[in-house]
Amino acid sequence: MATAANLPPVSDEVAVLGAEEAARTADQRNMRNGRAKLSAPLTGLMWLIVAIYALPLLWFILSSFKPGSELFTYPLSMIPREWTFQGFIDAWERVDFAQYFLNTATVALVTTVLTVFFSACTGYALAKYNNPGTRLFFVCILATTMLPTEVILNPTFTVIRDLGLYNSLSGIIVPSVLTATGVFMFRQFFLTVPDDLLHSARIDGASELTIFFRIMLPLSRPILFTLAIFSFQWRWNDYIWPLIVLNDPKWYTLQVALRSIVGAENIDWPVLLGASVISILPLVLVFFVCQKYVLNADVSAGLKD
Amino acid sequence: MATPTTGSTVAPETLRTPAVRSKSQQKRHNRYVIAPLVLIGVNVVLFLVFFVWPGALGLIYSFTDYRGVGRLNFIGLANFQKLFADSTFYAALSRTFLYTLLSVPLIYVSSLGVAALLVSRAVRGRTAAKIVIFLPWLISPIVVGVIWKWMFGQDFGFVNFVISTLGGSPLPWSSNANLALTVVIFAAAWGGTAFNMLLFIAALKNIPEALLEAAELDGANAWQRFRHVTLPGIAPTSFMVILLSTIHAMKEFAMIQALTNGGPGTENVLIVQYIYKTGFEQSKVGYASAASMVLMVVLLAIALIQLRFNKKKG
Repeated sequence: MATAANLPPVSDEVAVLGAEEAARTADQRNMRNGRAKLSAPLTGLMWLIVAIYALPLLWFILSSFKPGSELFTYPLSMIPREWTFQGFIDAWERVDFAQYFLNTATVALVTTVLTVFFSACTGYALAKYNNPGTRLFFVCILATTMLPTEVILNPTFTVIRDLGLYNSLSGIIVPSVLTATGVFMFRQFFLTVPDDLLHSARIDGASELTIFFRIMLPLSRPILFTLAIFSFQWRWNDYIWPLIVLNDPKWYTLQVALRSIVGAENIDWPVLLGASVISILPLVLVFFVCQKYVLNADVSAGLKD
Repeated sequence: MATPTTGSTVAPETLRTPAVRSKSQQKRHNRYVIAPLVLIGVNVVLFLVFFVWPGALGLIYSFTDYRGVGRLNFIGLANFQKLFADSTFYAALSRTFLYTLLSVPLIYVSSLGVAALLVSRAVRGRTAAKIVIFLPWLISPIVVGVIWKWMFGQDFGFVNFVISTLGGSPLPWSSNANLALTVVIFAAAWGGTAFNMLLFIAALKNIPEALLEAAELDGANAWQRFRHVTLPGIAPTSFMVILLSTIHAMKEFAMIQALTNGGPGTENVLIVQYIYKTGFEQSKVGYASAASMVLMVVLLAIALIQLRFNKKKG
């Protein structure tokens, strides 16, 4: 506009353009006002949805503080009329939580470390070495997402048994290490790392494994962290592997132990509620500590083209 | 076949230049063949041991009457013939399809809708909202099952209490097959929103703001902007979400085991539960493996159809 003012005669055309521009900024102002007007209903809608999502969990957790008699008397009330920890105490006495926590944590931690490490190796090889072998293996990994383990439950059980992994924690850990999602996440990440970095390292005389361990692995820290979070959650909550691999209750993971309470003829609700709440506490605590990282985790890393 | 060798066995007279070349060839070989092999080695072994081996075993079992112990006794296609005449197998398969058809759209709409609200600047308190909606993701499918079983209890469940407080008559959530499946679908959407929501948030943030504003200036209303700008922008993510949640739904197991255990009766036994029950509880390993093979074909077909569909659209 300033330049237009300096120009001697203003042609009609320019004037029209100016008017259009003015109309446009007015439009934008209207739009912004429109957004401000929209704000309240949209915020309301969002929080209504939040309430709907929170309700089952809230009802569940508050129920776990009610005495057994209150769970089954009408009228129900959201807030316990009488607060008690009896359900938790009974659950803690009835269920060997210390052992199950230890088993579950061992499985989740060891599997996560192995998954992250081998996914990084494989993802890197798939991204940076383009020979027929790696390409074939990429197709194979793709296939594992289409053909989940649930499809081959019985023969996998045979394999576990024949390898001597039956009824041991390693029987849950070893088969879970190869994770297609993890491999994809690292592959997609390493595709974005420029090849020049590799070439210059090679020219400097670094060996392939040095390049991987000293340059590439440290570079991939964000993906490493993201996959670690996800892997830990998957393994902590895993059910089908522990179910088919474990027989001895002393090796049970939390989920199998919980399921054995749900599967009872008459469910002891106070105990089940207490035990369930106890079982979700560790992950919820971890989540609140690193909530920022979880919510900003680049989960789509494995899915982008 | 005697092939010319490189490296240490090179003839003395060719030592000068060719030896240098073969040494560098060796180095190249190390670089581009050995190094990736070392890097993917463990996962290749795991793939062979835990996918190829059981896959092949499963195929073999499906032609036998194997019961978990003893010798393999081949019975040809008898398992498959029996399977296709087995009404419980059909019931499990068709229930699985019904469940997938109903739960995948619900998961899609809920996760996209929530994601759209969470990226909209008009909404206040987005971080807190995100945290709450994300919580169900932390909860194991077993506990998700328990939570919804508790919500929809027949006599003292929350939902029936609300219905009767509002003057309605309580619904038989666990003794009516369709109502029981409805509960399972709600539970799946509740537990399945968070992860897909994160995918959609990432995709929505990638859509250039300028594109949406241009459409708005051109007079496109909210629906038109969504239909013609947002939806094409998130198409690859949509495809992944639909494919992954379809496969996930087809193999639903833990949550439904805790929630209904396939009930009432055996009406809501889904296909993986059917395989588990016949294979592990009744020891009909051969028969269960035949069912597994059918499921495998179904899953492959779904994946191929969706891939084809995606290609056509893209």
